[in-house]
Amino acid sequence: MISLTSPVETWAHRVPAGVKLAALSVTTVGLLALQSPGALALALAGVVGLTLTGGPSFARAAVHALKILLPFLLLIAVWHGVTGQIEAGMTVALRLLAALALANFVTMTTRLSDMVAVAAVLLAPLRRLGLSTRALELSVALVVRFTPSIARKGGLLAEAWRARSARRTGWQIIMPLAATALDDADHVAEALRARGGLETTEPTD
Amino acid sequence: MERNLALIALFAALIAALGLIPKFTLAFGVPITAQSMGVMLCGTVLGARRGALAVLLFLALVALGLPLLAGGRGGLGAFATPSVGFLIGFPVAAFVTGLIVERWRAGLASVAAVASLVGGVVVLYAFGVVGMSLMLDKSIPQAALLVTAFIPGDVIKAILAGLITAGLAKSRPSSVLSRG
Repeated sequence: MISLTSPVETWAHRVPAGVKLAALSVTTVGLLALQSPGALALALAGVVGLTLTGGPSFARAAVHALKILLPFLLLIAVWHGVTGQIEAGMTVALRLLAALALANFVTMTTRLSDMVAVAAVLLAPLRRLGLSTRALELSVALVVRFTPSIARKGGLLAEAWRARSARRTGWQIIMPLAATALDDADHVAEALRARGGLETTEPTD
Repeated sequence: MERNLALIALFAALIAALGLIPKFTLAFGVPITAQSMGVMLCGTVLGARRGALAVLLFLALVALGLPLLAGGRGGLGAFATPSVGFLIGFPVAAFVTGLIVERWRAGLASVAAVASLVGGVVVLYAFGVVGMSLMLDKSIPQAALLVTAFIPGDVIKAILAGLITAGLAKSRPSSVLSRG
């Protein structure tokens, strides 16, 4: 499956994921605390500068990822344009842009495997308490494996629908799709049991 | 145990897949993504605890950087948009939906529809509106006004979730665990 990590290798790819996540948390809390548009504009300029260090194609991808904010920005512009509270509108808009751009920057420069490694460190206390994180690791792998498979079956169901009906694909294909997921789950459970199940305390690999 | 794990993982994958396949078009030509219906189905089919865990697993993978939200969105940025409240509300919505189906022993189709309505619309929108009001710096009523346009679509999804759950109970009787 395609992850959101940027294929453009930047200096930030080499920064440890834990450091980036900690910095992101601190900065986001800081952004929420900032109230003046001037300071927030400065923060946004900082994030833009950070993004530009990745080169033009990296920056283009980063801008593309911000498009989701467009309806909200439009809404803020209209709302605050009508009420005349321009400064408050600027504050909200700048904060949204800076926070999203920074979060995207971390996602774009961190490989999935590095993120998983950080998650494993964060879950270590659970293991110390005697809880197995094996079930969690296994389920993450299962979701990554089965999402494309279920999506493909959804595509096939939609095609079958189109072959038989002049109308557009309807909600009716969700029921068989969910049934497929249930059947897959039964097979997976059987396969897991056949391979020793979850009770294994020592990972064999 | 293995069965629970497999069901939770496969339903997390189902939510993701519902966001990947092309949009469905309702009778009135309103395009909807089926992703929030996936959250409702987690509750109605898997029950409160397993349903909420499936949704949490899905969100964890989104946060790790997989583009699993409808429209190929994902990553940490998904939690920095004004709609973050809806994401936080997803597992709670699945839990409440599942709890109602588990406790209220009447006709499955109607109970599942009402449960989806309470969990997937009332509870989910409560979280969504609070999140939006915080992120956009608006009052709660103002934020509520902004999302009203999406409520009819979600009400329809809740009713469909009820029908789908009843259909699943017929075709895979042992699989509707909320009534197990």
